Amino acid sequence: MSAVLAVRDLSKRFGGIVAVDGVSFEVNEGEILGIIGPNGSGKSTLFNCILGQLKPTAGDVHLDGRSVTGMRACDLNRLGVSRTFQLLQVFPQLTVRENLILAGQEHKGTMLSRLIGRRDAGLSAPAERMLDFFRLGHLADEPAGGLSYGQQKLLDAAMAFMAGPRLTLLDEPAGGVNLTMLASLRDRLAAINVEQRATFVVIEHNMEFVMALCHRILVLAEGRIIAQGDPAEVRRDPKVIEAYLGH
Amino acid sequence: MRSGRSVLAAAVLAAVFLLAAPFLFRPYGIFILTMWAVMTIAAIGLNLTLGYAGQISLAQAAFVGIGAYITAWLTTRGWPFWTTYLLAGVVCFAIGWLLGYPALRVQHHYLAFVTLAFNTLLYLVFRNEEWLTGGIYGINNVPRPDVLGWSMSRPREFYYFCLAHLALVSLAAWWLIRSPWGRAFVAVRENPVRALSLGVDTRRYTLMAFALGAGLGGISGALYAPLVQFVDPTPFSLGLSLNLLLMVVVGGSGYFFGPFLGAIVAVLLPEWLRFTQGFYLMGYAVLVIVLMVFCPAGLLGLVDRLLKPAPAKADVAIQREATP
Repeated sequence: MSAVLAVRDLSKRFGGIVAVDGVSFEVNEGEILGIIGPNGSGKSTLFNCILGQLKPTAGDVHLDGRSVTGMRACDLNRLGVSRTFQLLQVFPQLTVRENLILAGQEHKGTMLSRLIGRRDAGLSAPAERMLDFFRLGHLADEPAGGLSYGQQKLLDAAMAFMAGPRLTLLDEPAGGVNLTMLASLRDRLAAINVEQRATFVVIEHNMEFVMALCHRILVLAEGRIIAQGDPAEVRRDPKVIEAYLGH
Repeated sequence: MRSGRSVLAAAVLAAVFLLAAPFLFRPYGIFILTMWAVMTIAAIGLNLTLGYAGQISLAQAAFVGIGAYITAWLTTRGWPFWTTYLLAGVVCFAIGWLLGYPALRVQHHYLAFVTLAFNTLLYLVFRNEEWLTGGIYGINNVPRPDVLGWSMSRPREFYYFCLAHLALVSLAAWWLIRSPWGRAFVAVRENPVRALSLGVDTRRYTLMAFALGAGLGGISGALYAPLVQFVDPTPFSLGLSLNLLLMVVVGGSGYFFGPFLGAIVAVLLPEWLRFTQGFYLMGYAVLVIVLMVFCPAGLLGLVDRLLKPAPAKADVAIQREATP
């Protein structure tokens, strides 16, 4: 098995605060890796450093063996790294379909072909498939801002998969989603993982969701990895219980 | 679909009126209508930069000025109009691209100040660099062009000439905002961080939005010079930039037809209010204030609200209730 993503000794300092402290891990192809940890343990900062939204103070990020440390988010995305955000991020004024086309259009052709070429950038059919897959077809022509929170969350995830990414980083996909929608989201993510051998890294607070979805879990506390292993191992680990329940 | 059809009907009516207009008005009226067409082109440019890509610019008058000076300076020295016209567009595109760089660092009112400073700087260049611009005396006797040996020098011909340019610019802008570029512009406006994470090169699109807006400003200037046939610094001060901003905002920022309506309010309305004599500027100011207070989304925002009344909102409310 080859590592899709390899993070080595990654650190990020904000002034005197060390948010991420020498974190190293790998993610293999087809794997779903969960990252959990108490609030403020550096999960989101770690994501932002991997994704080029923040510049790491030290350390490297490799994608398929190639260094992508500090690369701009848009270039990294076009190399096949996709993400969702902790807070919902769809484009409310565009329709659901337009949101999906936008999510794929920059991966094809050139600036010129996007100007003089087809209006849908040839993405109508893939967008249609994605709408079906996430069961949003009946809402295709609604402005995304008019959807319910859960539906927007599904759209948000659908957008992340629109360009057929090699690696997807999901920041709290379950946050604020009701139980029915949550089951549907988990089911869709698992299906993509199996069907396309898609690789995920998931940050999540909802333990049930993480334990059910992830193959391997990494526990972060105060910017460091304190435990890792399969869901059952992590659940039993006394260090994890201590980090969560406190002293 | 019904709103689509009424938009089409309104557009056809407007086109018929615009084509018949020279036979309905005296030369001064035709002059004002021509000015409307020329200013609409500059406002369409600003609407791309501000309305679609969300980057405020208070420098549009500077680009109209650059376009006007290039055209005036070169055509009075015997250059053919079309060369100077293209040059005005290209030079403004390039300068607009450079002016876009600050927008990558600062946003909103800070960006407004940067572009405002640029406009003031250009105004000072127009006024003080006499060797180049003729200073406050400006450049006189700017010729009007010929098209295929047909002189455009009379008001009616020149009006149609400018109207044809407006039509071409409108078509190009329509194409652009419906292309993936338009989608990317809106994404940059609504959520640049998310856009970046979806592979949208926000830096390139921001610069492009500035450059295209400025290029259209230059083209508007290239028509302004032969329209007025005299170019001096006064019209290109900050006042015109604010006026163009007013056109975009009053018409409806981010609406395709916004600049057309906004330019009616900013160019034609003051003329129609002249019968009130000394009060016309006051009356105009009150009208604009009332409009902005009651309809901050502009005239087309108002139309949108009237065409798509309560049901849309009620649907959303029902949906929200349905999802616990």
